[in-house]
Amino acid sequence: MGARTPRTPPGDVAPVAQRVRLRFTKRGRLRFTSHRDIQRALERAIRRSGLPIAYSAGFTPHPKVSWAGAVPTGAASECEYVEIGLAERRDPEWVRTELDAALPDGIDVVAASDDTAVSLSDALVASRWQVRCEGLDRADMAAAVTALLAVDRLAVRRMTKSGERDVEVRDSILALSVGQSEGTLDIVVATAVPVVRPDDVMSALVGLGMPSPAVPPIATRLTFGSWDGEQVTPLF
Amino acid sequence: MIETRSSDSVFDRLEPLLPRVAKPVQYIGGELNSTVKDFDAAAVRWALMYPDAYEVGLPNQGVMILYEVLNEVPDVVAERAYAVWPDLEALMREHEIPHFSVDSHRPLGAFDVIGVSFATELGYTNLLTALDLAGIPLHAAQRGDHHPIVVAGGHAAFNPEPIAAFIDAAILGDGEQAVLAVTAVIRQWKADGCPQGRQGLLRQLASVEVPAAPGAAPGGVYVPSLYDVDYLDDGRIQRVTPNDLAAPWRVGKHTLMDLDEWEYPKQPLVPLAESVHERMSVEIFRGCTRGCRFCQAGMITRPVRERSIEGIGRMVDRGLTATGFDEVGLLSLSSADHSEIAEVAKGLADRYEGTQTGLSLPSTRVDAFNVDLANELSRNGRRSGLTFAPEGGSERIRRVINKMVTEEDLIRTVTTAYANGWRQVKLYFMCGLPTETDEDVLQIAEVARRVIAAGREVTGRNDIRCTVSIGGFVPKPHTPFQWAAQLDHEATDARLAKLRDAIRADRRYAKAIGVRYHDGKPGVIEGLLSRGDRRVGDVIEAVWRAGGRFDGWNEHFSFDRWASAAATALAPHGLDLDWFTTREREQAEVLPWDHLDSGLDKEWLWADWQDAIDEVEVDDCRWSPCFNCGVCPTMGTSIQVGPTGRPLIPLTVG
Repeated sequence: MGARTPRTPPGDVAPVAQRVRLRFTKRGRLRFTSHRDIQRALERAIRRSGLPIAYSAGFTPHPKVSWAGAVPTGAASECEYVEIGLAERRDPEWVRTELDAALPDGIDVVAASDDTAVSLSDALVASRWQVRCEGLDRADMAAAVTALLAVDRLAVRRMTKSGERDVEVRDSILALSVGQSEGTLDIVVATAVPVVRPDDVMSALVGLGMPSPAVPPIATRLTFGSWDGEQVTPLF
Repeated sequence: MIETRSSDSVFDRLEPLLPRVAKPVQYIGGELNSTVKDFDAAAVRWALMYPDAYEVGLPNQGVMILYEVLNEVPDVVAERAYAVWPDLEALMREHEIPHFSVDSHRPLGAFDVIGVSFATELGYTNLLTALDLAGIPLHAAQRGDHHPIVVAGGHAAFNPEPIAAFIDAAILGDGEQAVLAVTAVIRQWKADGCPQGRQGLLRQLASVEVPAAPGAAPGGVYVPSLYDVDYLDDGRIQRVTPNDLAAPWRVGKHTLMDLDEWEYPKQPLVPLAESVHERMSVEIFRGCTRGCRFCQAGMITRPVRERSIEGIGRMVDRGLTATGFDEVGLLSLSSADHSEIAEVAKGLADRYEGTQTGLSLPSTRVDAFNVDLANELSRNGRRSGLTFAPEGGSERIRRVINKMVTEEDLIRTVTTAYANGWRQVKLYFMCGLPTETDEDVLQIAEVARRVIAAGREVTGRNDIRCTVSIGGFVPKPHTPFQWAAQLDHEATDARLAKLRDAIRADRRYAKAIGVRYHDGKPGVIEGLLSRGDRRVGDVIEAVWRAGGRFDGWNEHFSFDRWASAAATALAPHGLDLDWFTTREREQAEVLPWDHLDSGLDKEWLWADWQDAIDEVEVDDCRWSPCFNCGVCPTMGTSIQVGPTGRPLIPLTVG
């Protein structure tokens, strides 16, 4: 058998000159996109916009894009973060405008920063969610919320592709209350592994006596960032 | 059945159901480059349906082209619709939500016309689901003036007889001009106050004539209800006759003659969801005259019409800018046959150097492949797999099917690919071809072994691989094999099992050769639907009523459901599944599609069928004199090929 001579990757790969972080939304019917759908949409938007994106080295170069804690399919978000590597420096606000124009309505790029001192995973420790449960009675919701906050631990069963698994919910709940607007819950969860989703919290509440909503609730992540014991502050 | 005539968007009612179905993103619309026009203000409203899953239908070039062509007309709206999966279908029935368009989520029943593109006959049951969910009677005869006109197009429309009861009309051939002609008729009919109602419109459609050239046989619109079919006692067709003066004896296909005047799609759709082709496609020519006798696409799309190198360059540039795709597919039936393919590939590779933009030729003939071309295609960093389609295992069977590729050519080409760094090559073959014996198919094993042996020799490596992929042959209308007996599925499976054993038996090569094939049963049903007549419509309806959906998908297809429906529905006519599939036809038999004109001379097709049996090959008319297939004189067309001799000019920056 002949010696394996490695093929050299074609061309030189420009190094990353600047990292730009973007905050974007997932609004309206775009909430039905999956994280993979969003990844593809952003990569194509980057190509359409002509941003000087940096690519990884190798035979199948990939654009330098890093993601952090995406919301699940079906959930909306006002606060998602992504970091992209550029081969040439650009004004972050210019990057934001270009990408916002190239992305479909609903995926709106709302803020940009090139401050990368703290890693995304260190900075994004908590999410504040609003869950809209149409038709649920305020008192029923409040009773289940009180019951859930009273326990130390609570696991719920979640269906996954590989079957059912139990997820510990209570540990990750930093705050929970019935929301100001009618038929909503206000939930703050810590970023954890496995991640606790709003529907896990809903399952826990239903398990504690709250009626199941007649229509599937709509969850929206309002903020994603640091937690001071009172509120979640977005990274930027 | 769900009764609805409201034209309001159903999205508000649909949205609460979407969290409960798989991949809800496929139902939300709003793709980049999609269009939503003022529905109520439009004079003519088209729903363009692809009767398969969104992930398959969205990249379909035909739908994309017609969507743009129609939406460019100021008073016309065109919206897209795709088949809904059974999970959503059940919820829509429960909540009485009609089938909808994905653009503005209007009920299909609110459109004037539903154009359905059938790339394959296995989408027929999905048409019935869509009609039923939309509250449109399955049978055209039961539709009223307020129901949309259902028009079939796509390759399967060249024999729409099995679905004749379910459609109002069929259009053969290129759709660009045909949809505009149909639009004009509907617009005028509505402006005139719908004279003679639905029947009046159908009679007017039957009179549509769009000649490709002055004085030539025009492309028309086939309205099945304006034709009667009589049968002989033995079940064969006696004659097909128009029952209305508006209906011509033969209905011709449409042929678009200058591709450079029709640079569509200009703004290709970019799905949010994942689809089967994640690339931007440009059709570099239409038609093929290689003359492979099994190939319906090659026969019905004649003559060859090339897009110029400048036209290709414009479309690639505009498409990439509009979409952000990182791969360009140069589409046609045999892309390396474009007269300037080398210049196109080099020009594009130069232009997009350093931008991580891949180029691919989805179908490449063994004898048109060369390393320079392959290297241009992979220059920008990607080396995709190579696929060749010798189709037949033995030289003899390749003469029968007129795929003029010698085993030496094949070995040389594949060896060159291995020598230039490719490690994996895929070879595509067919099983069940006319006159085929076990030996012809077992030769595939020998070819694969020779490929591996030669590849190991030139590379000095043992890690090269070859995948052999085998499909069952299905005889198609308007081809020289339209008279042929289809091989039954038991014989197909037995032959493939022998091949698999032969490849496994030789341990020196077995691990380097992958074998992929499907069982022969779906091919038998495709055969029934391909060459069926109007009596097959009852089979389709029975299968659909028994739950048949998504027949192109293994997990949904049920041979037993089809076989039992065929047995029941065909028995009253004294016919069965075999009669439509494994029976060889004689020259004198009236075929169900004889009144539909693909331009091919039936006598030439018969002569070519006889040549096939005699293992006589026929040349390509692009490089040799005309061999009288009949298309050009009938349709007033001619081949349009380069070279133009002009270079692909670089884009100016700034």
